[in-house]
Amino acid sequence: MKQKTGVLQGTLALMVLKTLDVLGPLHGYGIARRIEQISGDLLAVNQGTLYPVLLKLEQEGAIASEWGASENNRRARFYRLTRDGRKQLQVETQDWQQTAAIIGRFFEAKAEDLS
Amino acid sequence: MRSLRRFFTRVVNTVTGRVHDERLREEIEEHIALETAENVRAGLAPVEARRQAMLKFGAVQSIKEDYHAEQGMQFIFMQDLRFSLRVLRKSPGFTSVGVITLALAIGANAIVFSVMNALILHPLNVPQAERLYQLMRGKDKAGNHSYPDYLDLRDRNRTFDELVAYDATVAGIDSGGNPTSAWVELVTGNYFDGLRVQPYLGRLFHPSDEHGANTAPYIVLTHAYWHSHFHDDPGVVGQVVQVNKNPFTIVGVAPPEFHGTLVFFFPDFFVPMVNQEQLEGKNTLNDRGKRWVFSVMGHLKEGVTGEQAIADLNSIGADLKKNYPKEDNDMIFTLAPPSLYGDRVGAPTKAFLTGLMVLAGLILLAACANLGILFAARAADRSREISLRLALGSSRKRILRQLFTEATLVSVIGGAVGISGSVLLVRALSLWQPFTKYPIHLQVKPDANVYGLALLMALASGFIFGAVPVRQILRANPYEVIKAGSGGKDGPRLTLRDLLLVAQIAICALLVTSSLVAVRGLVRSMHSNFGFEPQNATLADIDLRMAGYHDDQIPAMQKRMLDTVGAIPGVESVGLVNPAPLYAGSVTSPVFTDNSADLRPANAAAQAFLYKVSPEYFRAAGTALLSGRSFTWHDDKDAPRVAVVNAEFARRIFGSVTGAVGEYYKLPDGTRIEVVGIAEQGKYSSLTEDAKPAMFLPFLQSPSSETWMVVRSSGDSQQLGPAIRNTLRDLDAGLPVYIQTWTKEMDHPLFATRMAVLSLGVLGMMGGMLTVTGIFGMAAYSVSKRLRELGIRMALGAQRKEVLQAALGRAFKLLAFGSAAGLLLGILASRVLAFIVYQATPRDPLVLAGVVLAMSLLGLLATWIPAQRALSVDPLRLLREE
Repeated sequence: MKQKTGVLQGTLALMVLKTLDVLGPLHGYGIARRIEQISGDLLAVNQGTLYPVLLKLEQEGAIASEWGASENNRRARFYRLTRDGRKQLQVETQDWQQTAAIIGRFFEAKAEDLS
Repeated sequence: MRSLRRFFTRVVNTVTGRVHDERLREEIEEHIALETAENVRAGLAPVEARRQAMLKFGAVQSIKEDYHAEQGMQFIFMQDLRFSLRVLRKSPGFTSVGVITLALAIGANAIVFSVMNALILHPLNVPQAERLYQLMRGKDKAGNHSYPDYLDLRDRNRTFDELVAYDATVAGIDSGGNPTSAWVELVTGNYFDGLRVQPYLGRLFHPSDEHGANTAPYIVLTHAYWHSHFHDDPGVVGQVVQVNKNPFTIVGVAPPEFHGTLVFFFPDFFVPMVNQEQLEGKNTLNDRGKRWVFSVMGHLKEGVTGEQAIADLNSIGADLKKNYPKEDNDMIFTLAPPSLYGDRVGAPTKAFLTGLMVLAGLILLAACANLGILFAARAADRSREISLRLALGSSRKRILRQLFTEATLVSVIGGAVGISGSVLLVRALSLWQPFTKYPIHLQVKPDANVYGLALLMALASGFIFGAVPVRQILRANPYEVIKAGSGGKDGPRLTLRDLLLVAQIAICALLVTSSLVAVRGLVRSMHSNFGFEPQNATLADIDLRMAGYHDDQIPAMQKRMLDTVGAIPGVESVGLVNPAPLYAGSVTSPVFTDNSADLRPANAAAQAFLYKVSPEYFRAAGTALLSGRSFTWHDDKDAPRVAVVNAEFARRIFGSVTGAVGEYYKLPDGTRIEVVGIAEQGKYSSLTEDAKPAMFLPFLQSPSSETWMVVRSSGDSQQLGPAIRNTLRDLDAGLPVYIQTWTKEMDHPLFATRMAVLSLGVLGMMGGMLTVTGIFGMAAYSVSKRLRELGIRMALGAQRKEVLQAALGRAFKLLAFGSAAGLLLGILASRVLAFIVYQATPRDPLVLAGVVLAMSLLGLLATWIPAQRALSVDPLRLLREE
């Protein structure tokens, strides 16, 4: 039983924001499916861990939620990105790309490059 | 900004109690329904599709908890706490063993630390106490100095702000028809200014008060004495009282927190040192050879180091040595903190307290180890519960946290009980005055340091013993446990745990043996032959010097006192003795055979105790004369010098007890003394001493101003005290008297033995507690591990005896082994104990039986609960459940 780490939770939040940005309002299951499709096995075991992350984002004001009807016509909670959330996504995307680029360069660097 | 918003939302949720349980439940349901539908579309059967969906979703309960934690400020800690309380309440035996163990262990630590805090860590109540040093002189680091030396050191040093000095003595004080004796500190004029003490009332002394010998008849009262003897009357300033029959004026009261510079000594008032003659009956202010000034101290000047001060003092010392080679031949100085009188009292006190602290710490550690075993036993008991929780998706972290909460809860409750008990004990200790005649006690007040340390210890021990079962839980495999039950391997090999337990039992048995030996010794001491009979006798200590008597007046007054007290109804006989035998101030003198010409101490035939007595003393004290006669009133200054000696004296100097009467011996000054009687052997300096020589001289031939009056009565000596006091007051209203029954006065010689009994008893109790928890933990563990086996044995028809043997045999084996080892150690240790305790020997059937009984009782107590549990095993239920 792998515990979710801080990094994982952070990336999960970013994935949620990006998913909502791309696909528009979605319910929890929809978000989980999308993340699963793109990230592979990240949510294969503990899909439930998504819900505390959704609540956290909502309490931060990055997303908002309201009741709506799901595909099989049952009541489902739909989440959408707020204006704050969009801004947050931009900032964090930039941060992430910067970090990823730095780490990438680091891994590519060879011993002779440093001498 | 974001986290702020999140924080406020959470606070609002917490405060308003808003919970989105319903929403989450609905969302989960919908999520699983959608996933199930997806799985069905993929071709799974509906039941399997739903199972897969739920597996994929994860542990619902743990997600709910995360969700809750996210939602509000709800602390899981509170949940853990409530759950722990419930669990602990369900097992009162376990809980109380834990709490009592920790209460004793932490209480012991708190008490020792309080005393240490008060005596060593706490600075004196004077400004800049850390720069205040006492001057120690010579190779022996003696604290006493002569007054002329003090004046030279004070005036010529360049490294101290001020050098002050004091001496302690007893004086009679009479503030109007009520003479009492009091403890006085003779202090130099600059004493209060030098120590930077401010008056509470009136004024204190200043150097300007002194103009030579007996020019400053002033008194500064301590706050405590002002409170107890002058009832906080602010009008005392200016009042004239009689001190040793000399008029002194009370000029002020010292502040409540100041009682001189010795932490354990509480004088009644202060008098200028220049008035020494009026207080001590002699004037040695100009005598460089008489080192009667008890202590000299001062603050180091700003920026001056200890080495510089010592160099400065040594250069003055060298100069003094050159000028006064006869008196000042050892003038090398060292510095020491004054609160415990340098290393004289300080070093042994520190060593003793440090030893106690280490011991208390070890007790706490051992208690933690035992409780750890107990917690491990419980964790084993609860392995099914824990496995179930793990299987339901609880994290190991969460389970550990809950177990730690339980451990901490036990330790904090134990710590709270322990500290409250120790506060009560410490309060009693502060009031306790072990020596009635001396103003010595420990002023111990538990402060924030003590409470802080106790709390820290409680939390730390909670973590220590809470950590013991951690490995067990981390290794737990829920699948295995639920399948196979909690059975584990319990090999017969000797573990470290067993050795630890045996060591604890051995130490406990050793302590029990020693304390029983000490108790027996105490009982024997109380009924042994002292050479006098304390029962039905009262002692009255009178120093005629305090009442202003001189020289020839003294024997005359003493004879009048004897006559009048002898006339009190119920009094059988009255005698005088100085000093009282077995009292702290015993006096010895070398004695020589009659044909010795060279009377140097090295040639002495013996070192004999010396008592000055009145003719009636032997009868009043109940000392039997083996042969010869007692003194008469005709054995006075004009008659030939005579003595009564004890049996050991006669044996040593004259070779026989019976033939000694009529023989002569010599004192160091050459006086020939005829032996007129032989007294029975007694105890003189301590109860454990071997037979020692002693001589009794008639007080008319060797007068002394201080005497103890021994009053033997036919009836209750308790009633006699006031009668003696009134009679003496009628004789001279200004006579300070200290009256005590002789049996009570025997507390002093019995003090060491009593302390040994007390401390061994306390330690024995601690040891017993450790043994009980240790055996209890071990027995409980082994019973819970073998519960299934025991059930099967019972089902197969095992008898109760066999079940008990299987369950507890090992515990009892360890107990027997440890007890035997402890008993052997105890037999060895009583050789050491023999220094303090009269006739200490463990080869005493009562002691041996007592040890065996005590250890068996402890064993029984410790194994009672596990034994009950083993016997109450219901094979049917057990086999069904496990």
